[in-house]
Amino acid sequence: MDDLISALYIVAFSLFIVGLHMLRGPRTAVRGNLVAAVGMAIAVVATLLDDRVGDWPLIAVGLVVGIAVGVPAARNVKMTAMPQMVALFNGVGGGAVALISVVEYKEALEEGGNPPLEQLIPILFAAIIGSISFWGSNIAFLKLQESLKGRVPNTKPINAALALAAVACAVAIAAGSESELLFWLILLFAGALGVLAVLPIGGADMPVVISTLNAFTGLSAAAAGLALDNTALIVGGMLVGASGSILTRQMAEAMNRSIGNVFFGGLGAGGPALPGAEEGGTVRSTSAADVAIQLSYARLVVVVPGYGMAVAQAQRAVADLAAELEKRGIEVLYGIHPVAGRMPGHMNVLLAEADVPYDQLKEMDDINGEFARTDVALVIGANDVTNPAARNAPDSPIYGMPILDVDKANSVIVLKRSMNSGFAGIDNPLFYNQKTALLFGDAKASVSEVLTEVQAL
Amino acid sequence: MDLLTELAILVLAAFVGFEVISKVPNTLHTPLMSGTNAIHGIVLLGGLLLIGPADGVLEDVLLVVAVAFGTINVVGGFLVTDRMLGMFKGRGKARDERSEAGRDG
Repeated sequence: MDDLISALYIVAFSLFIVGLHMLRGPRTAVRGNLVAAVGMAIAVVATLLDDRVGDWPLIAVGLVVGIAVGVPAARNVKMTAMPQMVALFNGVGGGAVALISVVEYKEALEEGGNPPLEQLIPILFAAIIGSISFWGSNIAFLKLQESLKGRVPNTKPINAALALAAVACAVAIAAGSESELLFWLILLFAGALGVLAVLPIGGADMPVVISTLNAFTGLSAAAAGLALDNTALIVGGMLVGASGSILTRQMAEAMNRSIGNVFFGGLGAGGPALPGAEEGGTVRSTSAADVAIQLSYARLVVVVPGYGMAVAQAQRAVADLAAELEKRGIEVLYGIHPVAGRMPGHMNVLLAEADVPYDQLKEMDDINGEFARTDVALVIGANDVTNPAARNAPDSPIYGMPILDVDKANSVIVLKRSMNSGFAGIDNPLFYNQKTALLFGDAKASVSEVLTEVQAL
Repeated sequence: MDLLTELAILVLAAFVGFEVISKVPNTLHTPLMSGTNAIHGIVLLGGLLLIGPADGVLEDVLLVVAVAFGTINVVGGFLVTDRMLGMFKGRGKARDERSEAGRDG
């Protein structure tokens, strides 16, 4: 029976790998996800064949509750709330790892003492990382849900102390202390660290946070696999740990910041006064009718969406406007910055929901070459990712971050709620550029107004 | 299974993970994240394996919660990914080729 289970595990994790591979292209991705899900089903069934599995009623309760909560949540969540949902699913995964590690340790103690180090160390690792991931993800969820608002001071020294305390307890257990209390303390300290580390991080840094926590849960699951001698867990967990790490690095690179800087630095508010502002530069505001005229005489329009589009739920209005322009023979492309929004690829999902074909969505490197021949760049609720200060103001906090070169377009229209600066609190010289006109108001209302004006032309 | 074999599996899995994911386009980053998110729900297996041998009410309660958490992670993750991916639609190759040509020129 054990051989059969092992063989089924091999099938299961092969399907994970094939599924992930298929996720690389939009045409095969749906099937890829399905393939991975089939792999998971095989892994679960194989596990249930194991002789050690018992207490069927309890298993049934767990599975039924999980399905009863998970299915409706996944079915009903709005696409704009997707970052929260991903954070929450990630959190419960981390929570499961932490709980499993506790039980393993308790069982070992009841059977006569600490397990051998080759099991104990992965258990301790799983406890620390799982707990950080659970609490950190829940805080990320609350922040994305905007239940937690305001800026929290960075508690660097406390975080360091908590990390040390958690590791110290773990070392004490590994060195021979047989104490359940110490184990609970590990979970407590690591959990507090998860809360405090994520609490001060906001807005634009969220993609990095979510993807880091995703990698953490994967790593902790792999550690649990080592402790349980379970290959499916080792491979499945590690695949996620590796892919999450890559994604995190890509996000951090897209902001020209190290991962440590995201978690421990925090963008300084304010920043130096920038050239445009210094010269008392004025902004030019425009009307929906003017924007409509400009758009309808363009040959190429590049839409640059940001978090503001998500907040205003403007994606459908944007897609409608684009469709209307295309009907008139105007080419419309979308320039998507890798960290636009609150999770990796956030804008792509929203626009896909609004039926924008994915081949219209251009990545930063592809679209930056197009701005020179762009007649109108339409910036909708994006700010920092278009800030030319990142290119030419060495003392700006975002200097060096790769940006979308919208200022190279013939003209720029920025849809903005008000003159408040972006999340990072950094002034944006783009707004004072002579080529730029600002259309103030709610993004959705503004876009709809422009659409009506275009249709009337 | 001995520790070194397990570590070998772990390291190979890490390389496969790096290799497979490095080439995913930005467009699919969110579904990729929620897809991998679902996969780490595999920790559910740990809960299933421990719940039988475990005795004590506290252990049972913790494990039922762990199984429920893992199930939410797996089921929710795959469903949400499926919903997202279902929205991505192409428009045929003509457009791709045209923009490729534009980039080269």
